Amino acid sequence: MNPEKSVVVTDVSKSFGKTEALRSISLSTYKGELFGLIGPDGAGKSTLFRILTTLLLPGSGKATVAGYDVVTNYRNIRRIVGYMPGRFSLYHDLTVEENLNFFASIFKSIVAENYDLIRDIYIQLEPFRKRPAGKLSGGMKQKLALCCALIHRPEVLFLDEPTTGVDAVSRREFWEMLRRLKKEGITILVSTPYMDEAMLCDRVALMQKGGLLKVHTPSGIIGQYNLPLWAVKGDDIYRMIGLLRHFESTQSAYLFGDSIHFTAKDHTVTDGQILSHLQKTISSKIEIHKIEASIEDCFMSLMETEQQTIIEG
Amino acid sequence: MHGQNVIEVENLVKKFGTFVANDHLTFSVSKGEIFGFLGANGAGKTTAIKILCGLLAPTSGRATVAGFDVYRRPDKIKQNIGYMSQKFSLYEDLTVKENFRFYGGIYGLTKKRIHERINELLGRLDLLHVLEESTHALPLGWKQKLAFSLAIIHNPSIVFLDEPTGGVDPITRRQFWDMIYETALGGITVFVTTHYMDEAEYCQRVSIMVDGRIEALDTPAILKKTYTAQTMDEVFLKLARKAKVSIS
Repeated sequence: MNPEKSVVVTDVSKSFGKTEALRSISLSTYKGELFGLIGPDGAGKSTLFRILTTLLLPGSGKATVAGYDVVTNYRNIRRIVGYMPGRFSLYHDLTVEENLNFFASIFKSIVAENYDLIRDIYIQLEPFRKRPAGKLSGGMKQKLALCCALIHRPEVLFLDEPTTGVDAVSRREFWEMLRRLKKEGITILVSTPYMDEAMLCDRVALMQKGGLLKVHTPSGIIGQYNLPLWAVKGDDIYRMIGLLRHFESTQSAYLFGDSIHFTAKDHTVTDGQILSHLQKTISSKIEIHKIEASIEDCFMSLMETEQQTIIEG
Repeated sequence: MHGQNVIEVENLVKKFGTFVANDHLTFSVSKGEIFGFLGANGAGKTTAIKILCGLLAPTSGRATVAGFDVYRRPDKIKQNIGYMSQKFSLYEDLTVKENFRFYGGIYGLTKKRIHERINELLGRLDLLHVLEESTHALPLGWKQKLAFSLAIIHNPSIVFLDEPTGGVDPITRRQFWDMIYETALGGITVFVTTHYMDEAEYCQRVSIMVDGRIEALDTPAILKKTYTAQTMDEVFLKLARKAKVSIS
């Protein structure tokens, strides 16, 4: 990976009235990196993207994109970034073809010039090229928006929640497209509320309520989960979770699909202790085994630590 | 509790011109069940839900919701269901209390009854202290919980939840499902759509729509066995990838 920095954010804050959307955020991305901003609504992801694409001024702090300052050099940034905002923002009444040609010409380019970049994506849109963009399905709109953001071969691509509200299959396809784009050397910043998508990035920033919980590689974040974690399965999941929440060795117990993710307070806790606590009340079969943390486990643990800090501080 | 059926659908068809959005759907949902209604975008879920909510008439086939026929008494259906969508829930310029009074009023509840429900629902959520606050400034997680409470303010027999947990943090998401559980235990049937596949596991039964048809309908455990999958995510991918039309 190219060690040169592509986006640098230094102590950026932004408030809207009383709401602190960003609280002194600092992070940077490398050239050619696929960087994820992972966090729920209200984390500040869209606000940060708008500042970096020069659509919004920072309240305080400094940010540069490809070396250009977002405040003093915004014109240069606008020529070299691609942006896909949270909602479909193309022209509903223009056809697929017309939208693409329009965006190409705005950036003083023509579709043919950078067609190789979007070919794999556009091939799926081709049968619908004469259809008005407003009449495309959600997944197709997304693909078109991506093509329009790429048509001028940007150096840095900002994708704001491109997979929100989209089904699991389309989500996977979209990320496969991003990995192919990465090979072209484009720096890609993507925001998403889906924790599992963090695994597909080179590095991620876990964000919540305008602040950063952690910035690292996905495996780095998982590696820092320092308490023992088990998956507990059985017939009566609801009863088990209730019992675990009243167990003195429990740090946390959360539902994860068909099992409970149980985090113990420290490393002295054993499988046997957990089982005997549950078996006092439950007679049916209980399965329990140690597991590696997922990004979601890490995010929740970091959230709790932050809550604790706020309560104590 | 699972004796009666709150939803009964038989050979439901909905066409828009030549396009068949719902192709002979047949299924039923029992009282107090948490039923997951999944499908890729474009598979026909929204059309089916609109029909079940009394907002759209079918082209052919039968359907009853809360005991009422979708052709003949859509008005009765609307009075007896709750609905919560991710896109719209609370009136942002009204206070929480005003929202409750408004929704309660629409469903014909008396002032006294609305007051009782506010205490019950907000009390359970520990949110009584935000009654006089304007909703727009509230954190998303609280808004979602309030919106859910509003959807069941009139104690409907069934509540439709359209991607209710989109965008919230993982802890709030789980708290929301705790609420869904309690609601179902109380006898209200929950009909939920979601793009979070782990949430599919929390449902008692799940149906997956592909190209306008129901391709699979069963408990998560049986679906995983049938499709040799470890998670509902895998089941979904195996089924949805077969779609010819859905992804366009």
